[in-house]
Amino acid sequence: MINSILIPGLIIIAQILAIIVPVLISVAFLVYAERKILALIQLRKGPNVVGPFGLLQSFADALKLITKENIIPSNSNKMVFLLAPIITMVLSLAGWAVIPFAPGWVVSDINVGIMYLFAISSLAVYGVIMAGWSSNSKYPFLGALRSAAQMVSYEVSIGFVIITVLLCVGSLNLTKIVEAQETVWFAIPLLPMFIVFFISALAETNRLPFDLPEDESSLVAGFTTEYSSASFVLFFLAEYASMILMSAMTVILFLGGWLPPFDVFPFNILPGIVWFILKIIFILFLFLWVRGTFPRYRYDQLMRLGWKVFLPLSLLWVVLTSGFLVIFNLVP
Amino acid sequence: MFVYTISFYFFSIIAILSALMVISAKNPVHSVLFLILSFVNTSALFVLLGAEFLAMILIVVYVGAVAVLFLFVVMMLDINFIKLREGFLQYLPFGVLLGLVLLIELGMLFYTNNFSENNLVDFSNLPKFSDVENTKILGNVLYTDYFYLFQISGIILLIAMIGSIVLTLRERSGVKKQKIYNQVHLNSKNAIEKKKIELGKGIDV
Repeated sequence: MINSILIPGLIIIAQILAIIVPVLISVAFLVYAERKILALIQLRKGPNVVGPFGLLQSFADALKLITKENIIPSNSNKMVFLLAPIITMVLSLAGWAVIPFAPGWVVSDINVGIMYLFAISSLAVYGVIMAGWSSNSKYPFLGALRSAAQMVSYEVSIGFVIITVLLCVGSLNLTKIVEAQETVWFAIPLLPMFIVFFISALAETNRLPFDLPEDESSLVAGFTTEYSSASFVLFFLAEYASMILMSAMTVILFLGGWLPPFDVFPFNILPGIVWFILKIIFILFLFLWVRGTFPRYRYDQLMRLGWKVFLPLSLLWVVLTSGFLVIFNLVP
Repeated sequence: MFVYTISFYFFSIIAILSALMVISAKNPVHSVLFLILSFVNTSALFVLLGAEFLAMILIVVYVGAVAVLFLFVVMMLDINFIKLREGFLQYLPFGVLLGLVLLIELGMLFYTNNFSENNLVDFSNLPKFSDVENTKILGNVLYTDYFYLFQISGIILLIAMIGSIVLTLRERSGVKKQKIYNQVHLNSKNAIEKKKIELGKGIDV
């Protein structure tokens, strides 16, 4: 009994903690990095007071937010109102269960890993919809409606991009997807799909220039308008955690996961996990760079881009890729 | 085995309870949320069966897409909750009748052993529990033995999609549309018009 249940259970809990704690700490430093990079883009200094170089700014902000009073609007639907941030946070952390950090470094190496990630990211819309509806207020509701339509639209093209990659791999297992890129990273032969995936990831995580669900110039704070204190912190953490998750997904699908760029001397001395983290940081920097550079999309332009540009393009690439693989006898 | 049994009962009890809540919840939005909970638990049962691909497809298709649109519509409706309850007793006999028919049919299937586990396994000529991923097994069956049925269902879905688009498509006149091609190809030659204005007279634009 103890040997068969308790010890494996404790090992699983230890593995979960070993992933969640670093993810949450990296969320804090991602927020700091975002503020610093935006400040540098706009020729400002950014946070530089709390701790050396302002490094502890995010922790100070989190403490301040958590110690504030948690206000629940009296006309809100209280159960759903409190459940929404919890669901958002849980979903943004659940995806990490299948991410392979290095060869064999994965909590659960399931056969349908990429499908699991896709399913988890498609569930994220519920947190936003529930928050918007249960707040019983105009701005959050509008934000929720925008977000529902936006996330469903961009999921379609993400699905096709994933199918293109899977055609080249022949397996849904994330470890096998990375191993298939040993000769060449998929970002090179599938460059247009890489770009489509990155832009769709921006839309999927509600980041600028597609952050219409929380568009502060027209909707106050979108679906988070009525949230305060700890429940707001959960939304905030979840947004950044899902950003890191989407970057990890991009790295695994297109940038060869833990593989070094060339398997020759100066590159292969670094262990796989370091390459994996470096690539995630690169994609995250692109996220922040885009935020500092591009203006927000208008809603009809956003929908047009999703349905009339990305969907036909990715569908065409699925057909082209499968045709290419069949003609040159490369089907795995 | 112990963990397996416990999780089976855990997921199935939650699935059944949330299915009951779907029809008994007062607020339609809560009903949809319970429906989603029921879907998620059903997919967990699929995982316990070893049907991982079906489990993920259930979440992606039903929870990620169908239920979102469902919730979208229910949230937008302005329903009078009290009026909704009024017809309950009136429709009760039909509901009970339908439920009974379904129960008897299921009972007959299980009683005659046509639906038992052994029978289902006999249908497929594939290895029962092999190292092959069940995504591959499904693909092998779908694109060979059931190729025509698969194609026909695809065409039916396509026609249904075209049908619903045609039903909702309507041309409205007098709507200003942004034509990006025209905007991009605008230049000073066709955008600016020079006019000579005589002093003290003005012009019509």
